[in-house]
Amino acid sequence: MSADYPQVLLKYRQPDRITTLEEYRQHGGYTALASVIQNGDPAPVKAVLADATLLGRGGAGFPAGVKLKTVADDAPHPRYVVCNADEMEPGTFKDRVFLHAEPHMLIEGMTLAAFSIRASHGIIFIRPEYESAARILEREIGLAREAGLVGENILGSDYGFNIVVHRSGGRYICGEVTAQLNALMGRRPNPKQPPPYATDKGLWAKPTLINNVETLACIPHIVNHGAQWFKDLALTPEAAGTKLFCVSGKVNRPGVYELPLGVKLSTIIEDCCGGMKNGARFKACLPGGASTGFMTAEHYDIAMDFDSLKKVGNRLGTGAIMVFDHHTCMVAATLNLTEFFARESCGWCTPCREGFPYLRDLLGRIENGQGEADMIPQIKTICRHLWKTYCAFAPGGVGPIESLLAHFEDEIMQHIEEKKCPFA
Amino acid sequence: MVAGVPHPREMAIDVVNRLQDHYGYLSDDSLALAAGLLEMTPLELEELATFYTFIYREPVGRYVIHVCDSVICWMEGGVNLVAHLLARLGIQLGETTADGLFTVLPVCCIGYCDRAPAILVNRKVHGPLTIESLDRLVDSLREDAA
Ligand SMILES: Cc1cc2nc3c(=O)[nH]c(=O)nc-3n(C[C@H](O)[C@H](O)[C@H](O)COP(=O)(O)O)c2cc1C
Ligand code: SF4
Repeated sequence: MSADYPQVLLKYRQPDRITTLEEYRQHGGYTALASVIQNGDPAPVKAVLADATLLGRGGAGFPAGVKLKTVADDAPHPRYVVCNADEMEPGTFKDRVFLHAEPHMLIEGMTLAAFSIRASHGIIFIRPEYESAARILEREIGLAREAGLVGENILGSDYGFNIVVHRSGGRYICGEVTAQLNALMGRRPNPKQPPPYATDKGLWAKPTLINNVETLACIPHIVNHGAQWFKDLALTPEAAGTKLFCVSGKVNRPGVYELPLGVKLSTIIEDCCGGMKNGARFKACLPGGASTGFMTAEHYDIAMDFDSLKKVGNRLGTGAIMVFDHHTCMVAATLNLTEFFARESCGWCTPCREGFPYLRDLLGRIENGQGEADMIPQIKTICRHLWKTYCAFAPGGVGPIESLLAHFEDEIMQHIEEKKCPFA
Repeated sequence: MVAGVPHPREMAIDVVNRLQDHYGYLSDDSLALAAGLLEMTPLELEELATFYTFIYREPVGRYVIHVCDSVICWMEGGVNLVAHLLARLGIQLGETTADGLFTVLPVCCIGYCDRAPAILVNRKVHGPLTIESLDRLVDSLREDAA
């Protein structure tokens, strides 16, 4: 069970409500902010985050400490901190569960990140499906403001940082940093290739730091307990910290589990999630959301951390583990995922806009018994083109397709030879 | 809403949401009104309005049901559920019932995979659903509307 491991982000999680401001403070909340504000120097915050090797929890795994340092000391003001709570990657719901548990941990983490780069404006970008979380955040930001923890003159100092909630209109691409900046400015949310980077010229061409909810929520704990403590939380030497894994699909107990990075996949599925549903066999999983590749039983005992997954050619992504059993047709599952990418492509560049519908049609024909063997090389060719697109959306979207070809070519051939789906 | 912000267009989605909450959808008149407030041309605002899933440029029913059709809901029987819902309401995906009560639209993963199969009714989540619980939900929505 996850309770057997140290809990950091979800230690005080209540079944049906948030931890209130008062409770959060009783648990040591806002002490990190108080000590940093009292000290008045942003440098130690930046230093401890760099030492902690906190990797971004939003999917890309970029070191948070490195990103902070790219905001130049003499950069212009106002500076912004954006919290990415878009969470539209299929299979991902950890940020939702977290926001319904510990909103003040996010508010404190955001404020600490802001202080370290002397930002004055904070924005939480949230998807429309999470309206209840948006309301919780607005209410709790108000309470934190009344308590002098955000807003003007935080804890009596001359430092001020305001946070507002921005509701998205709902499109997957808005989770991508540069698209999100456009969305926040009321422009069409197409991605924009750097440079300039957001930390240099982001919102209204001012320095902007964007981090995922979970990344920001780790900050108060790292400031309180230090970099070594954070590294020691993980089970593998290269990794650091805990991770919110959200597990769904064919397991008995889907849900969000806080576990040390480096925990075995088999431990998550068996001990936390109560094993496979209806005694079915594990066939494959997507280890980190729809933009990662299928991982088969060969890696059932893999250590779930950024490095270990990279070594087997996969990605930890958002830590959204989607589990497929031996009754599930992998061609049909991939077809469904491809439909998602075809629909959500922002349409800006041709390979992605045209490529995903084409792949969907090819996979659809194979699934429906109209497949031909020469479609496999066609699919491979299109996938290769999708690595050359304008943003990371398309390379992510080919993850399931390329791994289908790598691990389940037999299953594809069976569809083609039998002229039907063998699972139907 | 736009007073006091340095760049009015950053409020585009909020303004559109407010109009849509009031009128049910974003009509051409609402769009023109909003564009004026936001100091945008109607075309610039149209670019946004047609981009986002939760902005409706056509009239919708009193209850907008977004049915998740992404991979986990699909695997947990979402397809049958949607087929049942559409048959029961006598409409196709994307249509509104003749009494103006229900519109059913597809939506990508809504982030409730732990409660699959799930749907949103006016942005509120329901799940995990069975055919029976879905029937009860539709009944209770009808009663509430009566
Ligand atoms: C298509 C696409 C969608 C993304 N969606 C999200 C998202 O919903 N939430 C998120 O935190 N990061 C998302 N990302 C990753 C962000 O671009 C970015 O790496 C992240 O927000 C940075 O925060 P982190 O370093 O704290 O993870 C997405 C990336 C791509 C390419
Ligand atoms: S890769 Fe796809 S999502 Fe990214 S810019 Fe091109 S069309 Fe848009």
